[in-house]
Amino acid sequence: MIEWMKRFFGGPTSSTTAKERLRLVLMTDHLALAPEIIADMKRDLIEVISRYVEVDRENVEVNFEQEDRVLAMLANIPITSVNRPAPPPEPPAYAAAPNVASPGAQAATASNGGPPPRRRRRKKPATQSPATAH
Amino acid sequence: MAGRRIVVTSGKGGVGKTTTTANLGAALAKRGLRVVLVDADIGLRNLDLVLGLEKRIVFDLVEVAEGRCQLRQALIKDKRFESLAILPAAQTRDKDAMTESQFEAIVAQAAEQADYVLIDCPAGIEGGFRNAVAGATEAIVVTTPEVSAIRDADRVVGKLNDRRLPMRLIVNRLRPEMVRTGDMLSVEDVCEILAIELLGIVPDDAEVIDTTNRGEPIVLDPTARLAAIYEKIARRLEGEMVPFTSFDAQGFLGRIIGALKAG
Amino acid sequence: MAMHQPVPDEVAAPAAVKLGRAIVITSGKGGVGKTTTTANLGTALAQRGARVALVDADVGLRNLDIVLGLESRVKFHLLDVLEEKAALDEALVRDKHSESLVLLAAAQAREKEEVDTDRMRALIAALRERCDYVLIDCPAGIELGFKNAIAGADEAIVVCTPEVSAVRDVDRVVGLLGNRFKPQLIINRLRPQLVKKGKMLSVEDVNAILRLPLLGVIADEPEIIITTNKGEPLALRRDGETANAYHTIAARVAGEDVPAPAPELRESLMDKLGSFFGGRRA
Repeated sequence: MIEWMKRFFGGPTSSTTAKERLRLVLMTDHLALAPEIIADMKRDLIEVISRYVEVDRENVEVNFEQEDRVLAMLANIPITSVNRPAPPPEPPAYAAAPNVASPGAQAATASNGGPPPRRRRRKKPATQSPATAH
Repeated sequence: MAGRRIVVTSGKGGVGKTTTTANLGAALAKRGLRVVLVDADIGLRNLDLVLGLEKRIVFDLVEVAEGRCQLRQALIKDKRFESLAILPAAQTRDKDAMTESQFEAIVAQAAEQADYVLIDCPAGIEGGFRNAVAGATEAIVVTTPEVSAIRDADRVVGKLNDRRLPMRLIVNRLRPEMVRTGDMLSVEDVCEILAIELLGIVPDDAEVIDTTNRGEPIVLDPTARLAAIYEKIARRLEGEMVPFTSFDAQGFLGRIIGALKAG
Repeated sequence: MAMHQPVPDEVAAPAAVKLGRAIVITSGKGGVGKTTTTANLGTALAQRGARVALVDADVGLRNLDIVLGLESRVKFHLLDVLEEKAALDEALVRDKHSESLVLLAAAQAREKEEVDTDRMRALIAALRERCDYVLIDCPAGIELGFKNAIAGADEAIVVCTPEVSAVRDVDRVVGLLGNRFKPQLIINRLRPQLVKKGKMLSVEDVNAILRLPLLGVIADEPEIIITTNKGEPLALRRDGETANAYHTIAARVAGEDVPAPAPELRESLMDKLGSFFGGRRA
């Protein structure tokens, strides 16, 4: 009676501990035996992150660390630059006349040498020249 | 048709490769099959001793490889069985006394006149292991339900996978009473971790030490508990579906506790 | 029993540095308890205050780390140090339980053939400079792993179980070791009940063949499996037959003249006579 009570209340059995430890150690062993998988993971990580920020590829580090019962991958990815975030898209110009490009935008390009305004190109209504008319 | 060539390996030493090779071989021979056992542990031979044939060694594996004798001259027939023979290892040589292809050729030759060739692999994963595996087309991995043994078995499974060898597992020296009290990993635990097909479960039995001392395979004693176990393994090897002996005499309460702990 | 290595001429230190002892723990046969003995003897020596380094020479099949419960703390291993990818200090793992005990783990994903024997010797020499004891856990077998494990050691402890195969293998290993190592014997996993029934070799039987100075006898105990499950060496305890056996062995290794409370001494004279007449000879 006492024995099963001890088992019930006494915390993990040594076999439970052993199983857990084995699980973790075999994960580490398998990783150590497959450096090419780690290299592939690293390459794929760099590729994905590079879609969002620029990365110092030479100095990327990927390590595996175990803390208690958890094995974690730690990646140290130095970032060299972050593109300026894109401005929010222009609100749709319902008020403007269909055939005329906004005068303000034109002025900006010509006079102040600023970056070309991003304008949504509206589809120009077809203007038929005599040559193409049919 | 040439016989099956099976290496009995483990990684960890002392888990029962030689005992398994000897007793499984004997169990197969008892069923009328032609069996050759090859001791690949050059320098530390023990298969002969375990079968009580150590005094009858004339030639050994290395001498066959070096062409100093024919294979049939080196094979020692075990007179207690219809058709069981062993090819002993050399004792005073190194494992680099022969190459993988030499070993393979000898095993292939033995397989021509046998239904089964069982290769007793040395401990470890060095040259002796590589030689032993070179001769095989299948593997039996032996482990005990202990942390170090399982870890080593896992490494060996990886190596055998690299060579695309089909393999099955024997869990040796199980102590059901310790499994019950949570002091030993269960067969289920071991299978879950290693993830290879189970071939047999062999409980820990003091009789093995005694029979080894006397050089008598345990299957010769029909009253011995392990004799029946090895016979079951032999039948499974032959393709029969034999249910595993249950050592799981857990009471109802024990199962509840087990389930709660696992949850 | 302490063996002093002569100080090499190149060392400029005026006072002789007392070098630690480098002991390889070997057996030939696998599974007889080399790793368990290394872990427990190391722990017992450290518990006495000695500075101990344990070296796992079983490259590819490492287990000393897991027996000590240190498997999650290994950052660098033996080959990293031998190949100068890591400094010795970075690789040595401090034990969880014994303050003056450190572990140098083996590599898991490498092969024994990759160990350079000369570098191994130099590594052991370096460890001897900072420790009182360097215990080297030898792999099973007598191949390259064995040869590299004994390089750098100048003493040996051979571990044997009372079984014919183990005795035979130890005999072979002792032959290979030669006189230089002055091997001493530990008999492990004795089952006195089986010995009494004549189903197991006795200590006398084993030593009649091996004829080695006996360091200690350890009985087979299920506790060993449990403590390995948990990663807590049995020698951390002060009670229990096996723990005491390891403490006694440690005391002997340290040069103390300790009487053996070994299991076999409790056999009666009749048992001894019985074993002679029983006709059990390996």
